[in-house]
Amino acid sequence: MLSKRTVFSVIAVLAVLVTATQMPSFAVAQTAPSCGTEPVTLKATFETGFDLPFRLSEEFAKQYPNVTWDISQDQFANLINTTPRLLSGDNPPDLIRLPTMVSFAKQGLLMNLDDYATAFGWDEWPVPQLNQNRVSPDGIRGSGSLYAMGLNYSLTGIFYNKELADQIGMTEPPKTVAEFEDLLAKAKEAGLLPIMQWGSAKSGMGLAFPLQNLMAAFGPVEPINEWIFQKPGATIDTPENLVAAQHLEQWIQNGYFPPDINAIEYTDANARFGQGEGVFIFNGDWQNAGYDTDMPGNVGFFLMPPAEEGGSPAAMSAPLTFGIAANAKNADCAAFFLNWVASNDEARQINVTVGGSNPGGPADASMPSVTEGSVTNETLAAGAVVGLAGTSMDFIANATSAIFAQGWTPELQKVVGGRQDAAGLLTAVQAEYERELAE
Amino acid sequence: MMMTSDNRPAAPAVSRQISLSKVIHRETIIGWLFVLPALVMYAVFVLLPLLMSIQYSFFRWDGIGSMTWVGFDNYATVLEVPDLLGTIFNAFKLVVFFSFIPVTLGLVVASIIHRVAPGRLGAVARTVLFLPQVIPLVAAGIIWGWLLALPGLINQSLRAIGLSAVTRAWLGDFDWALPAVGFIGVWVLLGFCTVLLWTGMTKLDPALFESARIDGASWFAEFRRVTVPLLRHEIGVCLTVTVIAALAAFDIVYVSTAGGPGNSTAVPGIQIYILAFTEQRIGLASALAVMLMALVLVVVLPIQRLSRETT
Repeated sequence: MLSKRTVFSVIAVLAVLVTATQMPSFAVAQTAPSCGTEPVTLKATFETGFDLPFRLSEEFAKQYPNVTWDISQDQFANLINTTPRLLSGDNPPDLIRLPTMVSFAKQGLLMNLDDYATAFGWDEWPVPQLNQNRVSPDGIRGSGSLYAMGLNYSLTGIFYNKELADQIGMTEPPKTVAEFEDLLAKAKEAGLLPIMQWGSAKSGMGLAFPLQNLMAAFGPVEPINEWIFQKPGATIDTPENLVAAQHLEQWIQNGYFPPDINAIEYTDANARFGQGEGVFIFNGDWQNAGYDTDMPGNVGFFLMPPAEEGGSPAAMSAPLTFGIAANAKNADCAAFFLNWVASNDEARQINVTVGGSNPGGPADASMPSVTEGSVTNETLAAGAVVGLAGTSMDFIANATSAIFAQGWTPELQKVVGGRQDAAGLLTAVQAEYERELAE
Repeated sequence: MMMTSDNRPAAPAVSRQISLSKVIHRETIIGWLFVLPALVMYAVFVLLPLLMSIQYSFFRWDGIGSMTWVGFDNYATVLEVPDLLGTIFNAFKLVVFFSFIPVTLGLVVASIIHRVAPGRLGAVARTVLFLPQVIPLVAAGIIWGWLLALPGLINQSLRAIGLSAVTRAWLGDFDWALPAVGFIGVWVLLGFCTVLLWTGMTKLDPALFESARIDGASWFAEFRRVTVPLLRHEIGVCLTVTVIAALAAFDIVYVSTAGGPGNSTAVPGIQIYILAFTEQRIGLASALAVMLMALVLVVVLPIQRLSRETT
């Protein structure tokens, strides 16, 4: 028989145990996840050709000496193909550059970052930053749980060669599409190539950039984002988008793009623009450092102007997305790194200097200084305009993992070759989109 | 059998027979043992994936999650989607460039080397023609990409001789991209065909050529009546290898055009890659792969048959 005393002591022990088990969880909620003090090896997969993550990881290891990196890298096009296998493997990466994310989130391959968002206070950051990385249970992007974070937030628009722009009498950036088209016509008359752009299937069709900019000039951005986020019933084949596609078709027929565009790769287009071929090029701020090097002081940037004067310019803007594998061994440390990138001053400085894009983060975070004369000054200022107007969109090339390779690239190439018209382009891409989503 | 002739005692003959069959038996086992490592590799890396592809082609599968049985649906999709079927037509167009041209040209070149330049000059010619076989195809594809670009060497040369009107971005032109890719194929495969056919020619009895020449046969008559008929086997091998290279083409096309512009150079190999790895539709990709394999067999088996028939 149990004595009263034993019962009491059992209760006392139980009470201590209960408090003890509660105590640590309380403590965890108070201190955010970190890399600890024990040696940690972060396994990461980065994209080849982009310095930023490598430079950030070096700085991180300097500040947190217990962390060592095990980094593998691959081309973006290859990452699209290898990511599912990397994530589902026995030794998945703690941190990985995500080319797309919806299917991986749905397949349970990515870690749900909601708890980290609470712990680090990410959900108090300006809303658009995190929204593009949210996926709802039925696989629609834009809302739901958080599955990735952006290392930074890129911005696209129109870069121009200042000397050549002078030649055609451009004193300030165009305020409407019509003004921009005037400049294109003047450049053509002056015997200059109006727009340098890439279009080879090897790097994907760069005409998707001017096309999407035209779409956002002639219509609202919401339906475009809904299409990219795979909202049920969304279509790209709208009357506004048809007007946009017709403008692009006209630009092609007017000879505003290089005649060999279907064979030009991304790197070739930028090299040729850097050598003075082309007054304008549609591209993103990730190329800032390259343009600054190729044509120092001679490159400017403006956002695609709206159709009507006084309207809000819109831009494609996307996070440089990194995720954590669902079975990652060092998820806490990887999440801590993502938070550090956005909040550490040194990291933010590297982000702007090397990456050229807005580092995002909390609304009150300080903006790092930029070298004078760098085009980065102009892209960051433009980013603020888009941020205020709330007119940022993701890329139509990223709507599904294969829509670029199987839809936009071949169909836009056909428009260049005169084998497809504006209406047919939108119908064909919409059909491909529906075919892919039907799977 | 010789050993069991009547004037010899029966018993030793029988025992010799037994020991002989034992030897044969042992040799068979040893033979199999020698073949075994290669056979295991072949089974694991060729036969097993082949059977697995056939299995996958009957399922809908993203490569990670659960597989759903769909019967012949994937095969029906290949036949229904014009872009997928179109790749097979492109592959047949490539056969002209990868197979017919290299074999025909190879025969002519080999016969010229054989008749005109048997010495050092012939050796140099063979080496130069064979070099593309040694260069990695990916590197070759990149170099050809530069050569065929609008600012590239080929267009520069055309401009220099006053043919500016025909210059174009060869790999970005709807009408010319496939012939341009085919031309790279000719460059790669001509050396292989030439060397193989030339080797065949050197094994032919010189007396045949001598008598043909004594009879006053021209080079062409000698080529048509003596060389070609006697080289049936070599021509058969050349055709087989190059037809397979055309129908199953991937690397040259992927590195030079990646299937563009439009889908004008898209071949089954490229589509299988995109379907399997970009779209994560392993079932559909496997169905296209199995159909491609069947197609290759249908085309290649008759060639094999023809070249084996004796006249």
